[in-house]
Amino acid sequence: MRLAVRELLRRPGRFTVVGGALTVLVLLLLFLGGLLDGLYLNSTGAVRTLDADGIVFSDDARQSFLRSEITADQRAEIDEVDGVAATGGLGFALLGVQIPDGDEVVDGAVVGYELASDELPEPPGTGEAHADRQLEDEGASVGDTVLVGPAEVPLTIVGFVDDTNYLQQGGLWVEPETWRSVLAENRPDAIVADGSFQSLVVRVDDGADVDAVLRAIDDATGATETLSQAEAIDAIPGITEQNATFTAVIGVTIFVAGLVIALFFALLTLERLGLYAVLKAVGGSSRTLVAGVVVQSVVVAAGAFVLGGLLTLGLLQIVPDGIPLQLEPSRALSTLASITVAAVVGALVSLRRIVRIDPASAIGAGA
Amino acid sequence: MPSPALQLTDVRKTYRSGDEEVVALDHATLEVGRDELVALVGPSGSGKTTLLSVAGALLGPTEGDVRVGDTEIGDLSEKERTAFRGKEIGFVFQAVNLVPFLTARENLLVVAEMNGNLDKGAKHRADQLLDELGLGHRTGNQPGELSGGERQRVAIGRALMNEPSLVLFDEPTSALDTELGEQVMELIGREMRSRGVGGIFVTHDTRMTHHADRTLEIIDGRLKA
Ligand SMILES: Nc1ncnc2c1ncn2[C@@H]1O[C@H](COP(=O)(O)OP(=O)(O)O)[C@@H](O)[C@H]1O
Ligand SMILES: [Mg+2]
Repeated sequence: MRLAVRELLRRPGRFTVVGGALTVLVLLLLFLGGLLDGLYLNSTGAVRTLDADGIVFSDDARQSFLRSEITADQRAEIDEVDGVAATGGLGFALLGVQIPDGDEVVDGAVVGYELASDELPEPPGTGEAHADRQLEDEGASVGDTVLVGPAEVPLTIVGFVDDTNYLQQGGLWVEPETWRSVLAENRPDAIVADGSFQSLVVRVDDGADVDAVLRAIDDATGATETLSQAEAIDAIPGITEQNATFTAVIGVTIFVAGLVIALFFALLTLERLGLYAVLKAVGGSSRTLVAGVVVQSVVVAAGAFVLGGLLTLGLLQIVPDGIPLQLEPSRALSTLASITVAAVVGALVSLRRIVRIDPASAIGAGA
Repeated sequence: MPSPALQLTDVRKTYRSGDEEVVALDHATLEVGRDELVALVGPSGSGKTTLLSVAGALLGPTEGDVRVGDTEIGDLSEKERTAFRGKEIGFVFQAVNLVPFLTARENLLVVAEMNGNLDKGAKHRADQLLDELGLGHRTGNQPGELSGGERQRVAIGRALMNEPSLVLFDEPTSALDTELGEQVMELIGREMRSRGVGGIFVTHDTRMTHHADRTLEIIDGRLKA
């Protein structure tokens, strides 16, 4: 242990190449992870911000807000279901948004809603909107009137909310009638009847069995498919594919990191055969020697994590706004955990070779 | 009477090489006293290294009894032999084999670290040994900064770190010139006798055998007085 640490401190040059390679891989892992998190958060903010226990779709909507419609009658039935504490209408309209002084049209998601949540204030007045910070970054300010869609429906921004985007489009949170008129003027084909919504947010009574209540809703209406919030997030277009793709790339990168570590320490072990034989001859156990390799590998990986992390933070400063890179503490932790596991497993690849070193080879060498 | 440092009784050691069996050591019987230094000479391939390896618990014997101090080590498992070496045997290897990135003092302490007893006593012992070996001013130097003779003295200190009953020297002077070799052998003789530790050294150089209390010759795996 001391021996292993001393070698790291006194012969750091031996470890710079593997440390450098791992630093680059950590940078890649954090960058990919940050990209995944950024895409994920920016796609799902609108659903995550609702504090919903369940979200009701019509059963022919294939879990899509834009294809779904829940009528006032269905809502009345749902309100009667045992365990349902509250329902709130919900509807989306994805449209271009012109910000005053802005030269380009930016992507917006106009969301009509009824229920406030911890993150979301009560719906504003008619013709007003709580805008996502993304629109602030794109030049909007409180008091601005933005024009929504080809029909240029005016919405006045009365405040900003965080992390409420849908499919990378900046959330504009409005009361239901405003949403209905935005939809009517811009998307005559997608008009929703008065009193109808695309979807409903359901909150259940404290202590109620959420799954049972959600199933009871679908049984009561016979025409709805109610998803938990987590299921509704997974149902957002592209989310599961995106997760699977990035997870695969991240997994391969971790595997490569483990391979780099395994190869490096396997070569180092070959170089150290003589030294290890001597250490065994003077009473060192294979376990002690292997532990030394694991310590070195983990220290190098941890160092690479710190350096790679700092590089990623630097990268965050220069990445253009359009790239939804977002570094979450949980991502940093999981990256640290996976690189540490790769370090341990990679080091253990040399275990067999170290165990097989014959201490008798220390003596008579060269004689 | 205290038991001798080493007692080999009818020890046989064979190696398997392919289908053939090579007899490296045959009917070896030998006793080395507590303060005795024995020279072992013989032509190449005669079994010198094998004898040191068996006596030093690096290899188990094929047949016969091997006793170091009060312990019969012939039947120990590999793990037990490792622990036993750490407690009872000192080695000075032909290729000096110090850890290149450790100071002289740390090279002694490695023995304590490997045996899990790196404590105040070990540090005190390392300092004392280096002093006695005339290395008091070189304790903080790494092997690369030491002369050949100094390195060999560090290796001797390392062999004595664990207060062994038996120290085995594999051609300890082969890398040194005659004058330095003489000095190192003198030091070995003095250190061994003053500590009451038994020792065997292998040498090719018949001029070195006068440092021993006794010289044994080995030919084709058989010891001759
Ligand atoms: N690991 C081994 N496998 C097979 N034969 C060996 C091995 N080690 C030594 N021998 C054989 O045992 C005999 C004695 O070798 P050794 O003890 O090394 O002699 P010395 O040290 O006197 O040169 C030689 O014939 C040698 O070839
Ligand atoms: Mg030999």
